[in-house]
Amino acid sequence: MITLEGVSKSYGRFTAVDDVSFTAQPGRVTGFLGPNGAGKSTSMRIMVGLTHPDRGTATIGGHRYAEIPNPARHVGVLLDASAQHAGRTGREVLALSAMTMGLPLTRVEEMLAMVGLSETEAKRRVRNYSLGMRQRLGIANALMAEPPVLILDEPANGLDPAGIHWMRSLLRSYAERGGTVLLSSHLLHEVEMIADEMVLIGRGRIVAQGTKAELLQTRGTFVRGEHPQKLAAVLAEAGITATPSGDGGLRTEAEPVEVGRAAAAAGVVLAELRPAEGAGLEELFLQLTADDARETVTAEGVLA
Amino acid sequence: MTTTYAGTLDVSTTTRPPMSRLVKVELRKMVDTRAGMWLMITIGAVTVVATTIFGLAGHDEDRTFYNFMQFAGAPQGILLPVLGILLVTQEWSQRTAMVTFTLEPQRSRTLIAKVCAALALGLAAFVVAVCVALLATVLFGGADPWGGVGAIDFVKFGILQFSGILQGLAFGLLFLSSAFAIVLYFVLPTAFSILFNTVPALKDSAPWIDFGTAQGPLGEVGNLTGTEWAQLAVTGTLWVILPFLAGLWRMLRAEVK
Repeated sequence: MITLEGVSKSYGRFTAVDDVSFTAQPGRVTGFLGPNGAGKSTSMRIMVGLTHPDRGTATIGGHRYAEIPNPARHVGVLLDASAQHAGRTGREVLALSAMTMGLPLTRVEEMLAMVGLSETEAKRRVRNYSLGMRQRLGIANALMAEPPVLILDEPANGLDPAGIHWMRSLLRSYAERGGTVLLSSHLLHEVEMIADEMVLIGRGRIVAQGTKAELLQTRGTFVRGEHPQKLAAVLAEAGITATPSGDGGLRTEAEPVEVGRAAAAAGVVLAELRPAEGAGLEELFLQLTADDARETVTAEGVLA
Repeated sequence: MTTTYAGTLDVSTTTRPPMSRLVKVELRKMVDTRAGMWLMITIGAVTVVATTIFGLAGHDEDRTFYNFMQFAGAPQGILLPVLGILLVTQEWSQRTAMVTFTLEPQRSRTLIAKVCAALALGLAAFVVAVCVALLATVLFGGADPWGGVGAIDFVKFGILQFSGILQGLAFGLLFLSSAFAIVLYFVLPTAFSILFNTVPALKDSAPWIDFGTAQGPLGEVGNLTGTEWAQLAVTGTLWVILPFLAGLWRMLRAEVK
């Protein structure tokens, strides 16, 4: 279990992490989601003691990371797949970790096989690795001691679709066996695919957290009528606020049954009526992070 | 992983990695890259080459064991500190500190392991230099090659080599950047030596402030005087121990990114 309580960290006048509190539970994959520069990496560095917070505490299974003896045996960490000596071979990188942790070197071969790095790839120097290969090496490094807790910063970054699928089943099975998995991403669909729980962060602050289902719950309805304008008028008359949402459809906070009732009462034909699931989460993400996302700033700059 | 984990971690069954293991890892890190390997090979090769050239070209009366040791040691004295610097700075320039300090969050333990590893290599280099000098004396020795060599000469030679390594480590810790540390390691002491040996007002205080000046007697035959030992201690504190402590303070607090 990973617990952050009121963690803050500032660099001069810039607040990277602002009063962040959340818990990653055992048996669950927790996705740490936010745009670039939102404070994900800083929070994760604080969890493993590489960065000292100005305020607050971060504990793993009730301990401060630095107090855990031989911590890599208990907590698998991947913070930056590129933070490896470019001149070492992939196998050597794992061998150094195995030695430090006191694991047999046979474990290195097992891990190379597990993450799908071939014999020739293992002999190559990290300088010649693609980002995807570095991620696999980093994951091998984190999983080497089969720790009950995993902290992975952008682990899916650079992986191809097959790699992401592989990582999903890997992390799922880890959580199913009772492990605590925390992974960060700036891509909603990555987290949506892998995580059970979500913690959304923007500009250093937690903006939403909960299970995927909880975050989806209040997201309302997608409806498309045979005649879009007529439907819009009918909904407005019924007191249901709806906004256009692509393909001539409308999105509203109201429940599907209310929308259907209003349409039936007015005799309007519906072409589509469903809870606005995936799109809802996406909108939530965009909305929650809109003020913080760099993209928005750029768009505004273009308009101005 | 077969058990189900609760919210707390039971860490009672694991112990910290023993220091011997950390030292082994640090030693391995020095030779597991091409750069590290070549630095080692270069140190060995230059030791042999320098000694051989002196053996072939030196005057008959100069070709003593003592001088051979000096020649074997001179290139080492330049390269070993670089090794000490890189041992610390490559963790930052290659960003492996992130992994190193997550594997062993007690940074001071990693540093102790690095110091031990550096001193072990220094000792190995010392032994190599003495062996090469012995061999060279047998092969190229002049009329009376063994004359005047005492135990104190080995001690002085050792001090010279080890203080270089430690100073390299200290500069590495202080600057946490290979380029900065290497350049300043060579430039600063040289600049001080020039300054203190050319400005008349400073010349008298040079052996008390300038490490290079104080180390001078280490390269001459015979024991040092009490004053010279004291000067060595004072300048050693100034140029090795204080930078080391400042660097230690910095490394323990530095944010690792």
